[in-house]
Amino acid sequence: MSWTWFHKLASPPHAYRILGSLAPWFGWASLALILLATWWGLVKAPADYQQGDGFRILYVHAPSAWMSMFTYVVMAVAAGVGLIWRIKLAHAAAAACAPIGASFTFLALATGSIWGKPMWGTWWVWDARLTSELLLLFLYLGYMALRASFDDPQRADRASAVLALVGVINVPIIHYSVNWWSTLHQPASVTKFDKPSIDLAMLIPLFLMIAGFQLYFGWAVSRRLRGEILRRERNANWLKEAA
Amino acid sequence: MTPRQKRMVTVVAIVAGVGIATTFALQAFNQNLLYYYSPTQVHAGEAPASRSIRVGGLVENGSLARKPGSMEVTFVLTDYAQKVPVSYTGVLPDLFREGQGVIARGRMDGDRFVAEEVLAKHDENYMPPEVADSLKPHLDAANSTAGST
Repeated sequence: MSWTWFHKLASPPHAYRILGSLAPWFGWASLALILLATWWGLVKAPADYQQGDGFRILYVHAPSAWMSMFTYVVMAVAAGVGLIWRIKLAHAAAAACAPIGASFTFLALATGSIWGKPMWGTWWVWDARLTSELLLLFLYLGYMALRASFDDPQRADRASAVLALVGVINVPIIHYSVNWWSTLHQPASVTKFDKPSIDLAMLIPLFLMIAGFQLYFGWAVSRRLRGEILRRERNANWLKEAA
Repeated sequence: MTPRQKRMVTVVAIVAGVGIATTFALQAFNQNLLYYYSPTQVHAGEAPASRSIRVGGLVENGSLARKPGSMEVTFVLTDYAQKVPVSYTGVLPDLFREGQGVIARGRMDGDRFVAEEVLAKHDENYMPPEVADSLKPHLDAANSTAGST
């Protein structure tokens, strides 16, 4: 098997160009889907039989919680590829993921807290789900802090990649925490092998929103990775020629 | 082994090692990770009596009673096997209702559980009211048979 496409993809000038042409597609598609899902979720979807209109915060909470874990897995895989194949672009991609993932995690925690106060009767509890999601936020922040503490980018790449790999264990723990231990947080409604425990009329906008968030991630990571490439390659010849 | 394969083994070993260590650690702390005890566990004496604990279960249908002229409510928590009577003084959360899961924090006082805090536990079901209404006869039937056994 020929690996030329792979090595071509990993070359900074090539990746910089591809990401530049992909970003607007991701951006506009994500904006369109998120607007559609917002309208569908807030207006068209029916109110819940128990929670009334309060359940609609789910359309922000569940997609951001999903994305917080998805982003971490992408970051850990990129870090692992960077370590094994010594690909700088993979390390750059992992670095580009971290602030995006941290934002999704914060959004999931904040919206969950806002929902929890009226529905559960508390802003926060130390149950397994909430605690492991908070740990995810600290992993992202720790990863970013570790990167920032090195002057040499290569050492920063390697040290932070190990942290990213160690932390990936937390992702299945977050997901299965509601099944393994008794928690205040309810078990999964959608990501299980059984039929979803959420009515189809409410599920469609949720899927649209998740798709919108995925595309947003594509947009944000393309833009951030381009910035990361510019910063790392600021002395390279191809950039001087381009400028 | 090429250097690349060595690095590959290292990466796999890091993830596997941390995974195994975490599994053992979580196994060891399993009891402490439980957010609440069920009424059955309370009856079996698994919950410590000396300190504040949480008990989770369903509010038994028809058991909710308010003391006139006060904030005090009493209800019965059940897991369809055992029951724990609870008394609580304070504001109940929105989702608190009979047949719904709740978690009460407090301590046992004889046979009665005196709660300092009551949280509603939401289940994973989301549906519009019409769907819930059409399901209700089935659910009630299921609850009454489960409750009587």
